[in-house]
Amino acid sequence: MASYDLIVLGAGIVGAACAERAAGEGLRVAVVEPGPVGGGATAAAMGHLVAMDDDPAELALSRLSLRLWERFADLPLAEFSRCGTLWVAREPRELDGVAAKVARLAAAGIEARPVGADELYALEPYLTPGLCGGMLVAGEAVVYPPRVAQHLLQLACERQAQAFLGRRAVALTAHGARLDDGSELRGPVLVATGCALPELLPQLPMRSRKGHLVITERYPGRIRHQLLELGYADSAHGDADSSVAFNVQPRPTGQILIGSSREFGVEERAVSPPMLRRMLERAFAFVPMLRELQALRVWTGFRPCTPDGLPYIGAFAPRPHTWVAAGHEGLGVTTALGTAQLLVEQLLGRAPAIDPAPYAPTRMLR
Amino acid sequence: MSAAPVRLDIDGVAVEVPAGASVAAAVALAAPHFRRSRSGQPRAPLCGMGVCFECRVRIDGVEHQRSCLVPAREGMRVACDD
Repeated sequence: MASYDLIVLGAGIVGAACAERAAGEGLRVAVVEPGPVGGGATAAAMGHLVAMDDDPAELALSRLSLRLWERFADLPLAEFSRCGTLWVAREPRELDGVAAKVARLAAAGIEARPVGADELYALEPYLTPGLCGGMLVAGEAVVYPPRVAQHLLQLACERQAQAFLGRRAVALTAHGARLDDGSELRGPVLVATGCALPELLPQLPMRSRKGHLVITERYPGRIRHQLLELGYADSAHGDADSSVAFNVQPRPTGQILIGSSREFGVEERAVSPPMLRRMLERAFAFVPMLRELQALRVWTGFRPCTPDGLPYIGAFAPRPHTWVAAGHEGLGVTTALGTAQLLVEQLLGRAPAIDPAPYAPTRMLR
Repeated sequence: MSAAPVRLDIDGVAVEVPAGASVAAAVALAAPHFRRSRSGQPRAPLCGMGVCFECRVRIDGVEHQRSCLVPAREGMRVACDD
């Protein structure tokens, strides 16, 4: 029976990052992934590396992770593009919070500044007239997440990690994990299976939150920054059954990604035309030019959501040698590398870079 | 009694086509190809009915227009090779 220092279940961006970090520490790592590497929420995601400042623990993890992402700034396959994030305001009252946001980000070492209406149109000429301003975070970037997940797994394998691709973990055992071919891997287990977490750890609540994305043909130069509405967090963190928010991204190819939608309680993978329409109308309200463009593809994905919106990172106390890294909702790409650092520091009994308490899976055990 | 022909500009070349002709017809008269693929291969209409997307050109500044579906209009400026 093969034995390992860490058995990572799931090779999305979070699992792959944890495998790479653990293998880099000299641990003997196994990775089990039934589907394509980075093929779940990772492949459906926009790949925007963004500091969300509404929650201190979310910001601390984002900040840690964003610094680690700089490793990949010059890696062609990552398609790392430092387009910056431009938050835009439709209503003057949306600008009220900008000074506080700038201060919170500055305290985390992230440079942001308010943008007046005139500069807004100099930065993005196609924005609809009448917007009042916004906030620019010039250093933020976008990446292509599934390729990075594959790359992280490859780096892990170069450090002797063993990948069990096409295999599914069907049960946690007293000494490790059992796979769908009946074999058993021995060693500490890290469950990094995102939305599928309850299949192995039903004690930890997890909901799937459906999203839609559209990608257009190539229109180089039309959109220059990742654009979001300042009200985005209200949608992202709200508990409404369904919501849409303006979120548009320029890809390095000149293509434009258009989001975003959020739906709880929908398991149907298919594109929902009414939801798609709502999402697009929201985007057209901010950038009317998008109406004229040719869309190439629409897809959906599911974000893994915990009840309090923070991921599970750390030991799953009720079971010995069981660890969790899952539930990152819409920030899994941004926070994957920080998650891996925090998880491996705890695994090795080192002092963690940031306070791990807010992410402790045990907070949800009743 | 036929309508007057229309004149378009295709990559700087003046082209005249009968009223009612498509932009694709005008491009075929003037340009060696309609566009190049990402790998640099020349492309031209295949289906002629808006399904294959091979005849995309820029018309009056808007990219990726299927020229086989767009009627030629007086004064249109068409750019191939986007």
